[in-house]
Parts: sequence; structure tokens; C-alpha cells
Amino acid sequence: MRKLLFESLFRRPFTELPPLPDDVAVAELASSVGRAARRRLGRSLSIREIDAGSCNGCELEIHALNNAYYDIERFGIKFVASPRHADVLMVTGPVTKNMREALKRTYDATPNPKWVVAVGDCGRDGGCFAGSYAVVGGVAEVVPVDLHIPGCPPTPTALLRGLLALLERVDSNAVTP
Amino acid sequence: MPSLIDLMLEGRAVEQHRPWPRAVVDAAVWNFAARELAHGRWSLLGLWGEPTAVHMAIIDGQTAEIAVVSLDCPDRIYPSVGLHHPPALRLERSIRDLYGLSAEGLPDTRPWLDHDQWGVRFPLGGRIDAPPGAAPYRFLTAEGHGMHQIAVGPVHAGIIEPGHFRFTASGETVVRLEQRLGYTHKGIEGLMTGASLERAAKLAGRVSGDSTVAYAYAFSRAAEAALQLVVPDRAVWLRALLAELERLANHLGDIGAICNDASFSLMQAHCSVLRESVLRASHSAFGHRLLRDVIVPGGVARDISEEGAEAIQAALDNIRLRFPALIELYDNTASLQDRTVDTGVLTSALARQYAAGGTVGRASGRSFDARRSLAYPPYDSLRFEIPVLTEGDVNARVWIRVREVEQSLALIDQILSRLPPGPLGTHAAHRREPREGMAIVEGFRGDVLVWLRVHDGLIERCHLRDPSWFQWPLLEAVIENNIVADFPLCNKSFNCSYSGQDL
Repeated sequence: MRKLLFESLFRRPFTELPPLPDDVAVAELASSVGRAARRRLGRSLSIREIDAGSCNGCELEIHALNNAYYDIERFGIKFVASPRHADVLMVTGPVTKNMREALKRTYDATPNPKWVVAVGDCGRDGGCFAGSYAVVGGVAEVVPVDLHIPGCPPTPTALLRGLLALLERVDSNAVTP
Repeated sequence: MPSLIDLMLEGRAVEQHRPWPRAVVDAAVWNFAARELAHGRWSLLGLWGEPTAVHMAIIDGQTAEIAVVSLDCPDRIYPSVGLHHPPALRLERSIRDLYGLSAEGLPDTRPWLDHDQWGVRFPLGGRIDAPPGAAPYRFLTAEGHGMHQIAVGPVHAGIIEPGHFRFTASGETVVRLEQRLGYTHKGIEGLMTGASLERAAKLAGRVSGDSTVAYAYAFSRAAEAALQLVVPDRAVWLRALLAELERLANHLGDIGAICNDASFSLMQAHCSVLRESVLRASHSAFGHRLLRDVIVPGGVARDISEEGAEAIQAALDNIRLRFPALIELYDNTASLQDRTVDTGVLTSALARQYAAGGTVGRASGRSFDARRSLAYPPYDSLRFEIPVLTEGDVNARVWIRVREVEQSLALIDQILSRLPPGPLGTHAAHRREPREGMAIVEGFRGDVLVWLRVHDGLIERCHLRDPSWFQWPLLEAVIENNIVADFPLCNKSFNCSYSGQDL
């Protein structure tokens, strides 16, 4: 273990330069992020991830955000275990009827101000599962959505661009108290 | 002792079923098969329904003979297999939920996938409208002094899929765990019905995101068996390359994640870097990090890119350079071994009874691996070993993964060096009459089974059975008498699919 830790002192980090925020995402967010946010949050966001019925593909790429290449915590963004600690709900999947109630309750358990990011093509409109007897549809059918990140699944870079756009928006609307 | 072939001779053979035989039998033969399963002479591969029939896939572990027996049940009732053979319980509860067919004598009649939320009952059988209203689910009880319950999920603390775990604990010790799944039920088999081959293949690739290659592979092989398509050599070999890349990425991720659940995050950090290197190589070779939608019925949709082979080779070299030090670290860290050794022991008897596939089975003495036992091409001409251990604890499941990483590295080398030239696919000839096909493919989690009937170019019925069906119930067994804090370790070492079993 000492050898591994010692090596990493001298090796250049894997972490890559941050991508530019997604323009489309910035535009979508323009109306949704309020002024109070910066004062309350500082430059940090806590995310609670909810799988509302996905195939698990989106979860794999969300997981990848934590690896050394993307290192999402350097932006002040971190994943938390409880909706009560979260500013952002990141919701994946077509919302299944069996998960609708759990998603609603998790949303209600999240304190204001809060934002909802719908991840993946299924999160937008149910994707290829739309129309099934067991599927409600996109995330917006159940809770209000502030930002969509498309993809099947979106790459970690696409996820990062979307989240940075969200963060930037929270940041630029800040007023000096 | 009768063989599976004798059993087939008892029934009416279904001619259009490929490649293994299927026979329509009567209730007596059905019951006989169920009792043979219970005696452990055969293993259950799958059990699924249609509006007025049930089908059961069986394998003889000794000879690797496979057969499907079917029972017509116009009265919507059939003799329960779960009554004799517990691995069938959840499958029979699901058949009831989806098709309204009742298993006579089924010891557990609670719904499984149906949470009273669909607005309809028996959606794939005789649909009945039913206004949503959640009736309380009766969890099994455990009685004793000072017992308490811990309810977890469906929304979990980590970035994982939804499901509910109900623990009954005595102090720190788990007395009973009961799972309640079905939260991610998307009705995929319903969407399959009437779908074109192209759309059905896409759906199959979205049953379980981490096994998208395995599912597309199994679905395509089943469709090709039904339509008697011959896949060109290059596509056959590229498919194995895709499957091994998927196995490699998932095993690397799992090894790190198991250690992380013992709070040893250094392993996780390093393993996830290696996993990322495989995903990037996959993207560079086939244009998708998870290799989605590359395998299609008839062949593969994309060839490996020119820089792809080099990118994969570079990723392999990097893993060969860095992985041994990580394994040494795992092996020499006493505090980590203290958590994994002797934790969550799965007995070989249970693994055999449930025909548990994948790392779960092979860490408990069950050597089945579809790549070897069924030897579908190109695995019949590749050199590799199937690692098997008998300890059955978390540690053994880690070591099986480690050994399989090494085997996958060697397999990818062989495939890249022997990749034949030629076309990538063949087109499905149009056939008007119904044709049936079945395939079993070894995914990273175990054997994925797909059975389908094609009629006039459209899917009439498609059943996809995840290996998790026969692994989830075993997790309930292994956690007994372990402490609650070791559940994440046991759970991660199984790494069952929620979406794959909820479908």
C-alpha cells in the first residue's frame, strides 16, 4: 500500500481538464435557478441520485464521475446518501409505476431550494419503454425538472457539462449581500 | 434413471424449436420433471408463461443436455414446480402477476412484480382493469426476544438500483433478510410482443445496462437459431471480443466496489481507473463506452475501428502492468481480509440447488460457465480456464473475479490476433411460419437465457431470464447470522441485477 501511495505522489494525476458547460443546458436552466441559491449554497452542490426505473446504464456512468479522470468533487459537487442533505436530485430511467410514489416522496423529502436533473433518453420521455403498461414516462411527469441530460447513457463528460452549467447558473445569479 | 431425451419422447415434439428440443407434455410428465429438479438430477434454467401455456427449460448438469417442456393450461392453472423446487417460487409468482396463470400448490401466493400500481392486472394475459391501490405487502416474520426490523429502500443510499430489503435483526446479527423487488419493472416482455427484430434487439440491450452486450448477444443468437441464420466468422469473433470487454470492465469495477464496501477506498480508486481505461478503449473501438447496440441479429452493426485494436491493446498492457500490485494489496491487507474471509458463505449445496451461475456459483463449487459447458463459437476454439473455488465467501467471489479478469485479458489477446476478415452480418430471410429459438450466453454475472418465437418477421413472444433470478434468493440465505454491517459487502460480492430480474 505504501508503494502505491508513494507512487501517486510523483505521478501526474489522471484528472482531466474540465469540459465547458453545455450551452443547451445553460439555456434550459436560465429560468430555473433563483437568486437566493448562491447565498445559501456557496459554490457547491449536493446530489442525491434516484434510479426511478432505469436499466442501470445511467448509474454506471454517474458512478464514473467519481473516478480519478472526472473527479467531480473538485467542483464542489458531491453525492450524498439522503435526500435531506441534497440540493439536486439526479433522476434516471423511465419512471416506472412501481417507483412513482418513491420518487415523489424523495422529492418531498428534499429541502428547498432544489433542482431536478433528469438523466438519459428514458428520463426525458420514457425512451424505448414509453407506452408500456408499467411505465409512467419521463421524470417530468412526476416531479418538475430543471435540466435534461440526454444520452443512452450520457457519457460522464456530458453529465459533467450539464452539472457545470447548473453550477454556473447558481453562481452567476448570485448577488452580493 | 431417465434422461432428458426420454422425457422429450413422452411429449409431442415442437418441430420449429431450435437448437434444443421442446416438447408439449401432460401434467404427469410436468410433475415428474419438477420432482427430478427437486432431487437435484436436473437444474432449472428458466420458467416462463404465455397466455395459456407454461414453459420450463431444464439442463442435465452431467451431460449439458438442454430441453424445454411445455404444458398447455387452458384453465389457467398448472401444477406448481416451486412446491417441490424452491428456485421456481419467484418465477411462478411472476407468471401469476403477468399472465394470471396460477401454480397449483404454490406455497407463496404473494404478488412479486405487481405492486398494485399498474392500473391493470395480468397485463400480458387476460387483462383486467384494476384501480391502483397499494395493498400492504406481508413480509415474513421472525419471532424471538428483542428482535427488531430494519427497512431499507427502494431508494438506497448509494448510486444503485431500487429495491427493498427488510432485515430482522437480533442486536447486530441478521436473523432474516427478505427482499422485495419489482420496482424497476418496465414491462419489457410486453413491449417485445409485436416488435420488429430490430426494435426487440434494442429492448434486449436495455434489460440490464451493465450486461447490454450479453443480452444483445443472447437475443441475437436466439433469433438466429429460430431463423436458422449463419453468422459470418468475423462477426462471431467480434461478438466474443465485445463480451470479454464487458466482462473485464464489470469485474474490475466490482473488485474495487467490494473493497470500497469494506471502506478500503484505495482499491476502488485504482480499479475504477482501470475500468475507465477499458470503457475508453471500447468507445474508441466501437463508438460506445458500454458497447450498446453493437450486436444485432445476423451479426454486428459496426466493425472494430483501426485505432480500436491499438486502444484495446494499450488498455490491456496498462491492466497487466497495474493490476498485479492491486491484487497483492488486496491479499496482504489483513484488515480487508478480516472483512471478506468467511463472510456471507454460500454453501455448494445451495449453489447447486439454485443452479447459480456466474461468480456466485463458481465461488461455491459450481463450475458451470456457458462458454465452456455449451461451447458456443468462437469459445469452442479459444483457450481459457474456468476458475472454481469452494469456500463460497466474499473473498472467494473476489478471487473468482480476479482470475476471470486474467482469463479475459488472455481471451482478448487471442481474439485480436485471430480475428478473421469478411462480412459483418447477414440478413434475415423472411419466414411466414412461426419459428422458435433459444440461446444461453455467459454474461459477466452468469448465464443469460433468451427464448423467443418469431412470426412473420415480428416477435410473438420473447422471454429474457437474468442470472439474478437464481442468485437473489441465495443472498437472503448467505446473510443469515452475519452482521448488518456486512450486508453491503455480501450484496456487492453478489452484484445481482435489479432491472434484469424486474424486467
